[in-house]
Amino acid sequence: MKTENQRGWLFVLPVLLLVAFNALVPLMTVVNYSVQETFGNNQFFWHGIGWFEDILRSERFHAALGRQLFFTFTILLIEVPLGVAIALAMPRKGFWVPVCLVLMALPLLIPWNVVGAMWNIFTLPDIGLLGYFLNNTLGIDYNMTQSPVAAWITVIVMDVWHWTSLVVLLAYAGLISIPEAYYQAARIDGASNWAVFRYIQLPKMKRVLTIAILLRFMDSFNIYTEPFVLTGGGPGNSTTLLSIDLVKVALGQFDLGPAAAMSLIYFAITLAVSWLFYTLMTRDEQ
Amino acid sequence: MKPRSLVPIIYILFLMLPIYWLVAMSFKTTNEILGGFSLFPQVWTLDNYRAIFTDPTWYWGYINSILYVSINTIISLAAALPAAYAFSRYRFMGDKHLFFWLLTNRMAPAAVFALPFFQLYSAVGLFDTHLAVALAHCLFNIPLAVWILEGFMSGVPKELDETAYVDGYSFPRFFATIFIPTIKAGVGVAAFFCFMFSWVELLLAKTLTAVEAKPIAATMTRTASSAGYELGLLAAAGVLTIVPGAIVIYFVRNYIAKGFALGRV
Repeated sequence: MKTENQRGWLFVLPVLLLVAFNALVPLMTVVNYSVQETFGNNQFFWHGIGWFEDILRSERFHAALGRQLFFTFTILLIEVPLGVAIALAMPRKGFWVPVCLVLMALPLLIPWNVVGAMWNIFTLPDIGLLGYFLNNTLGIDYNMTQSPVAAWITVIVMDVWHWTSLVVLLAYAGLISIPEAYYQAARIDGASNWAVFRYIQLPKMKRVLTIAILLRFMDSFNIYTEPFVLTGGGPGNSTTLLSIDLVKVALGQFDLGPAAAMSLIYFAITLAVSWLFYTLMTRDEQ
Repeated sequence: MKPRSLVPIIYILFLMLPIYWLVAMSFKTTNEILGGFSLFPQVWTLDNYRAIFTDPTWYWGYINSILYVSINTIISLAAALPAAYAFSRYRFMGDKHLFFWLLTNRMAPAAVFALPFFQLYSAVGLFDTHLAVALAHCLFNIPLAVWILEGFMSGVPKELDETAYVDGYSFPRFFATIFIPTIKAGVGVAAFFCFMFSWVELLLAKTLTAVEAKPIAATMTRTASSAGYELGLLAAAGVLTIVPGAIVIYFVRNYIAKGFALGRV
């Protein structure tokens, strides 16, 4: 189909330059830091792979990674099925379609620290709508700053609130691309709702769901601002996800070497898991 | 009403609750907020909004954000359009690897790059300019724009290009007057996503600015810490950050669903 044409490089050049400027220089800076030790005064000494060994053995890193994996897989397990279910229940045409889409997309366009601040205000125990309702109406003891369980539930509910709409939009786009004839054929065959979903709707949504899962994985694995504003990683370290821990090391303690080594390990994990998802989900297409 | 239409309604109610609370807070006086719980503002006040619109450090935050987001959207689309065309039409050396490498840049945690970005943009003298933030956001917006546009362009039959050449169109003229209008839904979707991710990102925007180009979201964090805890003011500023997004989404509402469906995204 495609023609062999090296002119392609010319077309790609602006993108290449812009992204390389932003990606390669900072990445090399990080690599540079990761193999050096510094005692201040801008003096650096070769440290080899020492930092990498330290990080890989560090309990603190394992704990943060564990929390990060738990968070990412929990929100994927909630957001993907929920998003698909909502997309299936949405009207296909008419006045309500744009209304639903606009309202649903709203959380996606709120700056991330505003999302954190909004949920903070929403869940304050005495003056927040949710906090007040749980504590005073239902009598559940709910205080994010004291209970790690409450903090975790809030961070997860906040992410579901924030990002499920992305899955809904993508799944919905996949659904409305299915020609009406497919459904008619299914009806003639007497297919059940489940069969229609399993053999018509799900295969048609596969491509957009691949994108949804990949985007949600990458973005949730890199999440920083929202939980940082909401809980600050606390109480204690209970909601300190990988990025929050990384920034603590890099900018809080200014340990550039360990922070850089940690960044590279972090990046490598994201890359490996994304690649795995990508190959698994696109395997049938080749 | 069918029971299944309850699902989107309940979901939308769940989405609106925290937003309602933010809006309600923004119309309350500080005394009322700290005084206790009230579902609706007892005394409606516009003081919080007035404070924002009369203080240059506040309203310049909005102008700065809108400026760098617009610059970023323009740069991202201008660079991504020809690149996406190349990926969808030509085979060239290393094209597949290049495409995957582009995507990997979306996976890099912004927290990883914060410090090197600061050093890089200070070194080239762009620190604290709108251009710096706009260029930095290209890191994750260009790959996404290329990805989306490539999907749309691959959906356009190649015969369109060939017919245009037979009719004597030069490539630039064909690209600008025939091809781009054909995929305008795709351009709309890509622009929407560039706007969205640039508007909501804060970590890099905050790292790369100090005074001149400080984004609104960063102005908010300052207020939360320095001026005590002025929840009403914070809420009003938050409400105002939702407005531009709501306007953009209103304009692209018909493209979003249809757009994704047309392109093989």
